[in-house]
Amino acid sequence: MGKTNQIVELESVVVKFVGDSGDGMQLAGTLFSDSAALSGNDIVTFPDFPAEIRAPHNTVAGVSGFQVHISKNKIYSTGDLCDLIVALNPASLKANMQWIKKGGTLIVDADAFNEKVFAKSGYASNPLEDDSLLQYNVIKAPITSLTKAAVQSLNLDNKTVEKTRNMFALGMVFYLFNIELDNTIKFFQTKFKKKPLVVEANTNVLTAGYNFADTIEAISSTFSIPQANIEKGKYRNITGNVATAWGFLAASEKSGRPLYLGSYPITPATEILMELAKHKSLGARVLQAEDEIAGICSTIGAAYTGSLAITTTSGPGLSLKSEAIGLAVMTELPIVIVDVQRAGPSTGLPTKSEQSDLLQVLYGRNGECPVIVTAAATPADCFYKAYEAAKLAMEHMTPVILLTEGYIGFGSELFKIPKVADLDPIKPPLAEANDPDFMPFRRNEETLARKWALPGTEGLRHRVGGLEKENITGNITTDPINHELMIKIRMEKVMRVANYIPEQEVYGEQSGELLVVSWGSTYGTIFSAINKLKEKGIKVSHAHFKHIMPLPKNTEEVFGRFKKIIVCELNSGQFVGYLRMTYPDFKYLQYNKVQALPFTISELSDCFIKTLEG
Amino acid sequence: MAIERSTVELRKEDFVSDQMVKWCSGCGAHAVLHSIENVFPKIGYKKENFCFVSGIGCSSRFPYYVNTYGIHGIHGRAAAIATGVKVANPKLSVWVATGDGDSMAIGGNHFIHIIRRNIDVNILLFNNQIYGLTKGQYSPTTPMGSITKTSPQGTIEHPFNTGELVLGAQGTFFARAVDTNPKMMIDVMFEAAKHDGTSVVEILQNCVIFNDGAHETITAKDMREDFQLTLKNGEPMIFGKNKDKGIRINGTRLEVVQLGENGITENDLLVHDQYQQDPGIHLMLAKMQAPHFPVALGVIRSAMYPTYDDLVDLQIEKGRENSNIKCVDDLLNSGETFFV
Repeated sequence: MGKTNQIVELESVVVKFVGDSGDGMQLAGTLFSDSAALSGNDIVTFPDFPAEIRAPHNTVAGVSGFQVHISKNKIYSTGDLCDLIVALNPASLKANMQWIKKGGTLIVDADAFNEKVFAKSGYASNPLEDDSLLQYNVIKAPITSLTKAAVQSLNLDNKTVEKTRNMFALGMVFYLFNIELDNTIKFFQTKFKKKPLVVEANTNVLTAGYNFADTIEAISSTFSIPQANIEKGKYRNITGNVATAWGFLAASEKSGRPLYLGSYPITPATEILMELAKHKSLGARVLQAEDEIAGICSTIGAAYTGSLAITTTSGPGLSLKSEAIGLAVMTELPIVIVDVQRAGPSTGLPTKSEQSDLLQVLYGRNGECPVIVTAAATPADCFYKAYEAAKLAMEHMTPVILLTEGYIGFGSELFKIPKVADLDPIKPPLAEANDPDFMPFRRNEETLARKWALPGTEGLRHRVGGLEKENITGNITTDPINHELMIKIRMEKVMRVANYIPEQEVYGEQSGELLVVSWGSTYGTIFSAINKLKEKGIKVSHAHFKHIMPLPKNTEEVFGRFKKIIVCELNSGQFVGYLRMTYPDFKYLQYNKVQALPFTISELSDCFIKTLEG
Repeated sequence: MAIERSTVELRKEDFVSDQMVKWCSGCGAHAVLHSIENVFPKIGYKKENFCFVSGIGCSSRFPYYVNTYGIHGIHGRAAAIATGVKVANPKLSVWVATGDGDSMAIGGNHFIHIIRRNIDVNILLFNNQIYGLTKGQYSPTTPMGSITKTSPQGTIEHPFNTGELVLGAQGTFFARAVDTNPKMMIDVMFEAAKHDGTSVVEILQNCVIFNDGAHETITAKDMREDFQLTLKNGEPMIFGKNKDKGIRINGTRLEVVQLGENGITENDLLVHDQYQQDPGIHLMLAKMQAPHFPVALGVIRSAMYPTYDDLVDLQIEKGRENSNIKCVDDLLNSGETFFV
C-alpha cells in the first residue's frame, strides 16, 4: 500500500479506543498493541470498562475503552493523556474528553453522531458542528456507512456488519502509525478458522479503513515510532492476570508440587481462574467453587495433601475468606491467596482499581493471625511475584497473600520470556516416610517452618485443625503458656521471612532530600514522574515496596538516609499508617488519591516539587 | 481412582487414637467412633490412605479421635475442605464427620454442592436435631414446635429431611442408620466406602444432654420394630414385630399394608432397588416418617454416576495427550512472541 503522506517520527504515543460496550473496543486495542509490540515498540495497555456487560446503548454508563501507550523507550505507565482517541459514538467522546491532550487527534464515526442519540449521550447539540472541538484535530469518518459498503458483496446480516466497525477504525489507526496489517489479518484467520466469511468481512473492513485514511485530506502526515531501545531478548505481551497464572504454573513445575486452584469468579480476578482452567495438560487441578469460602477451604484441603494450593479473589471475596485464612495460619499450611484489588467498600466500583485492601490483608482476621504479604508492581512482575508467593508459602509453611490490582491485572506490558531453569529453586520441607522423629509441629530452627507430611505417606499420620495446639506434638491444648508461645512462633515465623527476601532497593540517589515510598501498581507512574524530574535536574529517590509483611530488613536504615519521606498510594493512607506503626521514628508525608483512577505523572511531579520546596 | 490397599491385615487397634475422647458419657458419637474403628480395617485400604475431615460441633471432634490423617476445619466447611483433599489427591479415602447444624445450616451450600458434583467422599452426618456444642439451640432438623433455648415458644421453622435434601441435590448415595445399632452402622459405612461418588450416611443420634430421646419414637425398645424399616436390596419391604407389615405402592404414593389382610401377600410389596437411577421411590422412602410410616434405614440409594474426581483425572489425561504445551517453557513461548 503506497503512502502519499510524509512520515513524522515520534518517541511515544498514547492511543485510546472508545465506544459502546459491545463495539469491540477491547479487541481493537489489543490488536493494535500486539501489532505495535511486533513492530518493536515497548507497550503498556489498560482496558477501562464499565461493570455492566451491556449498559444502555449510547449512554456514558455503557462506554468501554482500551488505552495503549507505545514507545521507542522503555515505558512504565499507560500515559496520562491521549494523543489520539478513536470514538465510535458520541457518549464515548463525551466520557473521554478529559483524557485528550490539547491539540490531540480525534477520530470519530460521523455516522453515529445524529440527533437521536445526543440527548442520551449528554450532548445538547452535535459536538462535531459547534465550536467545542476547535482545539483538536478532528477526523470525521463515516465509519458505519463505509463499513457497510466494504462488506456489501458478502450479504451479511446487520448485526455482523455492525460488529466489524471496530476494524475500520483500527485500519485507520494502523495507517496513521505506519503499522502493517498482516499480523491482524493472520489473527482473523486463526480466530475464525471455521468462519471464512467472518475472516473476509473483517479483512475487507480493516483494509477499507486503512485505505480510507490514505485518501482523506484531514490526515496530512502519518507517524512512526522507532523500534524500542529495550533489553535484547525474546518477548511477548502479557496481562497481569495471565502472568499471575503462569507464575504459579512455573512454581508448580519447579517445586514438583501439583497445582490446585479453588476459586469463585469475581471481577477483576476471574481471568486467573480462566487461564489456569486452560492448562490441564500441565496438571493444573482447577475447581470453580460454589462460593469464595469453598474456594479457600478446598485450597486448604489441597494444601494438606501436598499441592501448591491457590485461591484467587478480590476485596469482597477476601472478606468472605477471612475465617479460613485463620485456619490456614493455625494449621500452618502453605496456601497462596491472590487479591486483585478493586475499589471498595462493599461492591464499590468493581471494574476500577484501588489499593484499599492493604489493612484488611494485614489485619482483617480474628485473633493474632500473621501472614506473608507481597505486592506486584507491573503486569509482567505478576509472574515473578506469583512464583515467589508460592515459594515463600511452601518453604515457610504459611499462607501468603499476594496483592495485585485491577489496573495491572487487566493491564498488559511486554514480558521478557524467562526460562524455567533460571528461576530460583523451590524446596518444600517434605517429611520423609517413617521418620522416627516426626512430630507435626516440630520446626526447622532457621525458618520455624514445620514439615509438610502428606496423607498417604507411611508413618506420618497426624491431625491438624483450628484449635490451639501444643508446639511440636500438635496435640490440642488450652494451656495458657503454650498459647502465648504459639502466637509468638507464628509471628516470628513470618518475620523471619525477611532473611529470605531481597533488601529494599532505592532508585536514584541513595540518600538525600526526598524519598518517595510506594507499593503496587503505582510503580510505573511514580518511576516515570521521577525520571521526568531527573531530566530537569531535580533529584528525587524512589523506594517501591514489593514485600509488605515482613518489610525488607534494611527498611529502617533506608528511611534514615533521607530528609523527607512521602508515601504515595491509591487509598487514604494505609501503607503510611502501617509504616508509622512499624517505624515510628520517622516523619512520613503522604499523597493519596481515592478516585479509583491511577495517579498521573504530572500530578506526582507537581507534588514532589512542592514537597521539596515546602 | 483405585486407592492402594493394605498388604497386611489391619485391626481395630490400627485406627484407635491416643487422644482422650471428650464426648459426654452416653453420647451416640461414641458408637459411631467404634463403628469406624471396626469398619476401616474391613475396607482394606492402607491405613495411611484414610483422611478424616470435619467442621465444628460435637461430631466434628471426630478426626482427633481416630488415628488417620485428618483436618479439623471451621464451621460448616468440612465438605469444601474434603473437596480439596479428594480433588487434589484422588488416591485417598476421604471421610467427613459432620452434624445437622454444620452441614445443613452454616454449611448448607458446601453440602449440596459436594453432592451435586458427586465427589467421592463419604459423609457421616450425625443428626441429633440440636446444637449440642453451643448448648441446646434448635437446628435445621429440629421438629417444628420443639421448645429449645432459642425457641422458648416452640420452633416455627420447617425442618429439613436429610434424605430429601441429599436426593434433591442429585445425591447418588444415601443411607440411614441409628446410633443404637452398631451392626447396621458398620454395614452402611462399608457400603458407603464401596460407592463411587458422594455417600451420605445419616446417623440418627441421641444427645443425652440437650435433646435426650431425640429419636425415641423410632428407637425405643418397644417401638423400634414397628417404626423401623431396614431396607435390603432385592428384598420386599417388610417390618413390624411380627414381620407382618409391608410397604407397597398405591397409585403414586406409598402405603403401609398388613400382610394377610385383604389377600395381601409379599408379592404385593415393593422390592428395594437401591441401584435404580430414578430417585423417585428412593425419595418417597427417605421421606417416610412416624407415626404413619416406619422410618427407612439402611442403604436407600446407591446409583452409579461418574465422579467429579475421575472426570478431572480424565481431563488431565486428555489434556496431556492432546496439548502441545508439555511444560511451562512451552507455555511461555506459545502464541505471539518476538525478538528485540
